[in-house]
Amino acid sequence: MRPYLGLFRHDVLLAFRQGGEIGLALGFFVLAVMLFPLGVGPEAETLRQIGAGIIWVAALLAAVLSLDRLFAADYADGGLDLLALSAMPLEGAVVAKCAAHWVTTGLPLAIISPFLALLLDLDARSMAVLALGLLLGTPALSLLGAIAAALTLGARRPGVLSSLIVLPLYLPVLIFGAGAVEAGIAGGGARPHLLLLGALSLAALPLAPLATAAALRQALD
Amino acid sequence: MTELAVGDSDLIAEGLACRRGERLVFAGLGFVLPPGGALVLTGANGSGKSSLLRLLATLLAPAAGQLVWHGAPVVYDPGRYRASLDYVGHFDAIKPALAVRETLAFWAGLRGIAAPRLDAALAAFGLDTIADWPCRWLSAGQRRRLALARLIAAPAAIWLLDEPTAALDADGEQRLLTVIEAHRAAGGRVAIATHQALGLSGPHRLALEDFAAPPHAGEMSGGF
Repeated sequence: MRPYLGLFRHDVLLAFRQGGEIGLALGFFVLAVMLFPLGVGPEAETLRQIGAGIIWVAALLAAVLSLDRLFAADYADGGLDLLALSAMPLEGAVVAKCAAHWVTTGLPLAIISPFLALLLDLDARSMAVLALGLLLGTPALSLLGAIAAALTLGARRPGVLSSLIVLPLYLPVLIFGAGAVEAGIAGGGARPHLLLLGALSLAALPLAPLATAAALRQALD
Repeated sequence: MTELAVGDSDLIAEGLACRRGERLVFAGLGFVLPPGGALVLTGANGSGKSSLLRLLATLLAPAAGQLVWHGAPVVYDPGRYRASLDYVGHFDAIKPALAVRETLAFWAGLRGIAAPRLDAALAAFGLDTIADWPCRWLSAGQRRRLALARLIAAPAAIWLLDEPTAALDADGEQRLLTVIEAHRAAGGRVAIATHQALGLSGPHRLALEDFAAPPHAGEMSGGF
């Protein structure tokens, strides 16, 4: 367990030390959501209808923006070689890195989402569903994003390329995430949507690291 | 160099070949590295020294041939082999935001070592006075020393060093030599790619040119 915890701690520590890392994703998230009332207009009814969708789309984009943090630095400074030679399988290292990525990206997004929901006039119940949905769905964003981040190592514009790869993979998360809030507003139960979100994250947990580790081995070659 | 008797605890390379893209860099390369042995890789730029070291570190897969460690091919149990090697490549794997000691502790921890010898490692390369500096303050030579200090912090039986003296000053080179000789005296093995005469005692030299593939040998027929 020691190497896994060490890697997790190291990545979280780096994200905090390089202060911009967490702030960047959060700042983007807040700004992107705030643009919509300005663009769409201040009618509370309209905003309430599209609010959940806006917040989820902004969360997806913020997650995509932060993906290059996962492996790019290790790839550039030779750390990836040492990860491949560490006492844990590369798949395990990917899980530890994704966990650190989630704690410094998905978790903060979920925590501040109720405040943004306030801005879009969502009611208290919707806020709770939204935050819970983000909490359950964002691990899948980190895990699936790792595949794209690993595949694009060494590419010339990795950020653009990885968003092209990963955004289609994010569609199910977006659909069930926004769907949960809308179902709650429409009077239906949000529970099935939330369960499916959790299922997506759980399915990604063993599968995505396999693909990511394979892509990383390719990058080492 | 006299013919070496092959023992059970040797690192043996048999008929290794390395392909980079379409080009066959070297082929038919073999050696025996006994306990206490030092393998010095020489050759012009591009002759495959770094590729051979990455191949020995299992970071590259050989196009042909195999490595044998403790009497069994490495591919049977790569994890056990990886646990017994330390690799210091061209890049130093140093994050500017971490302190010197933190960096060392992190990489030693990844090797699964419960009590890494951090103080000994820092002292061996003269880093003890700057152990708390953030790595962004380090010069190129100090970064190199920190990368080399991993060898002491997380000891392993096989050291693979790629141009370890790059950016090192005379004092650094001397410290490296001391550390390598102590490692060999304790039965460790080392493979070094270097252009410098390090002054190792009784090294086994391997000139990559001797194994260079004939031109066009490795290229696909047809195609273009």
